[in-house]
Amino acid sequence: MSTNSQNNPKGKIAEIMGFNLLRLVTLLTVLPILGLIVFIIIKGAPALSIEFLTTPPSNGMRDGGILPAIIGTLYLTLGTAIFSVPLGVAAGIYISEYAEDNRLTRLIRIAIINLAGIPSVVYGLFGLGLFVLFLKFGTSILSASLTLSIMTLPVIISTTEEALRSVPNSFRVVSTSLGASRWQTIWKIVLPQGLPGIITGIILGLERAAGETAPILFTGATFFLPQLPHSPLDATMALPYHIFVISTQIPGMPVKIQYGTVLVLLIFVLGMNLIATLIRSRARSKRQW
Amino acid sequence: MKKFSIQDLNVRYSDDNESLRKVSMEIDSNAITVLFGPAGGGKSTFLRVLNRLNDLADVKEMTGQVLFNGIDILDPKLDVIDLRRKIGMVFSRPVPLPLSIYENVAYGLMMAGERSKKKLDNAVESALRQAVLWDEVYDRLTSSAYAISGGQQQRICLARVLALEPEVIMLDEPTSALDPVSTSKIESLLTELKEKYTIILAPHNVQQAARMADYAAFFLMGELIEFSSGKDMFLKPIDKRTQDYITGRFG
Repeated sequence: MSTNSQNNPKGKIAEIMGFNLLRLVTLLTVLPILGLIVFIIIKGAPALSIEFLTTPPSNGMRDGGILPAIIGTLYLTLGTAIFSVPLGVAAGIYISEYAEDNRLTRLIRIAIINLAGIPSVVYGLFGLGLFVLFLKFGTSILSASLTLSIMTLPVIISTTEEALRSVPNSFRVVSTSLGASRWQTIWKIVLPQGLPGIITGIILGLERAAGETAPILFTGATFFLPQLPHSPLDATMALPYHIFVISTQIPGMPVKIQYGTVLVLLIFVLGMNLIATLIRSRARSKRQW
Repeated sequence: MKKFSIQDLNVRYSDDNESLRKVSMEIDSNAITVLFGPAGGGKSTFLRVLNRLNDLADVKEMTGQVLFNGIDILDPKLDVIDLRRKIGMVFSRPVPLPLSIYENVAYGLMMAGERSKKKLDNAVESALRQAVLWDEVYDRLTSSAYAISGGQQQRICLARVLALEPEVIMLDEPTSALDPVSTSKIESLLTELKEKYTIILAPHNVQQAARMADYAAFFLMGELIEFSSGKDMFLKPIDKRTQDYITGRFG
């Protein structure tokens, strides 16, 4: 390396400059995110307290906590999981392991990829039309969960498919040669090996659902609720929509509560992200093949 | 006794890769039949027809007749899972399933619905003893099958085939990824196993073919060029191409 720099000092300088430029660009992409998180923590941390997390808003939202919104977001995330996880994983297994590679399945695959690109407000309006009005579920946790599920499905399907495809084909061949049926091979070998990837995909999908406002805007979120919802057919408060409300709809809203609420949502979403990352890195270190 | 009787077998893949043309031969039980020849000659395809593992591949065309114990195994209505339990296969690279040593050996039986712990234990021990591996792994049956050496892994792969008590054992270049010591272990094992099983071996070089063959079949570009006893094949081959290949003029 040193001989290189003696022979060609200009090249060496260009190399150093090049590397530093790349380093700078990388830093530029990370900085805004880091800045945003630090800013919100600094502004929002003072608002956090047990009371803030465990009491409903009072005094026209200007006081009290955000308990109903937290619980609502938990309900919505859970509801989304109930519908989207079994369906999405099953579809992913089918596409990866059973479907033949023909024009129809290629079309389905393209459709799934494109579904992931549809703006979330379109999902919201679709949910309003289908679940709230046509199926008469009303503005409810059920409608909102179903709407979020449709939005989450493409993520879960494609990550499941991806995770299963990464399992070496030689395992399938060996298992088949030992007299295992196709389903036994999937159940005993392919799924367990793909599971960490699938779980990661599920969490990332649900995380996106938990933070969305537009799909629940017309389908299940409500401005204010004095009590917690009693049934899936009740409307609910939810963190993303609550943030929208307290930052635009209420005059004289204390800034502290706004940032506090944002911080809670951020912790919720980043926490899920962290779990997904941990699962992935743990699985990668345990993998033998 | 004839285990397999193959008549005019033709196989073609969708991508027109390694196919078989008009292959006819018979395979004796309790003997080692060696399939040899340059890569891409059709040996692997041939093996994968015999246990219908080719069902997993993109086969465009398969005609002819393959009788196993007198039954046509190309019959679409055949119970392929039962067939595969009777015809075990060892692959060129050791591919342990991502399970423990015990589970690898018991896998076939468990998939066949065997639940009795005692029966499984006995089968695992007997299979590992037959594969001369028991003494090396008996104290760590629950550890991962990836925690042992490549040579041991390949014997696990043989043991999990033996655990099913098959009639036929097919080995597709089983020692190509192994060191000489592990190779000779597997070879002497096969010589013992032929007392009980029908063995079909695709060796990865001519020397191994000559060492192991009771019967030998020379495959070249999808055709069966010559088929005879091992002695005749390697001492006085008839076809010019066989001679050239055995003496190392191509391959």
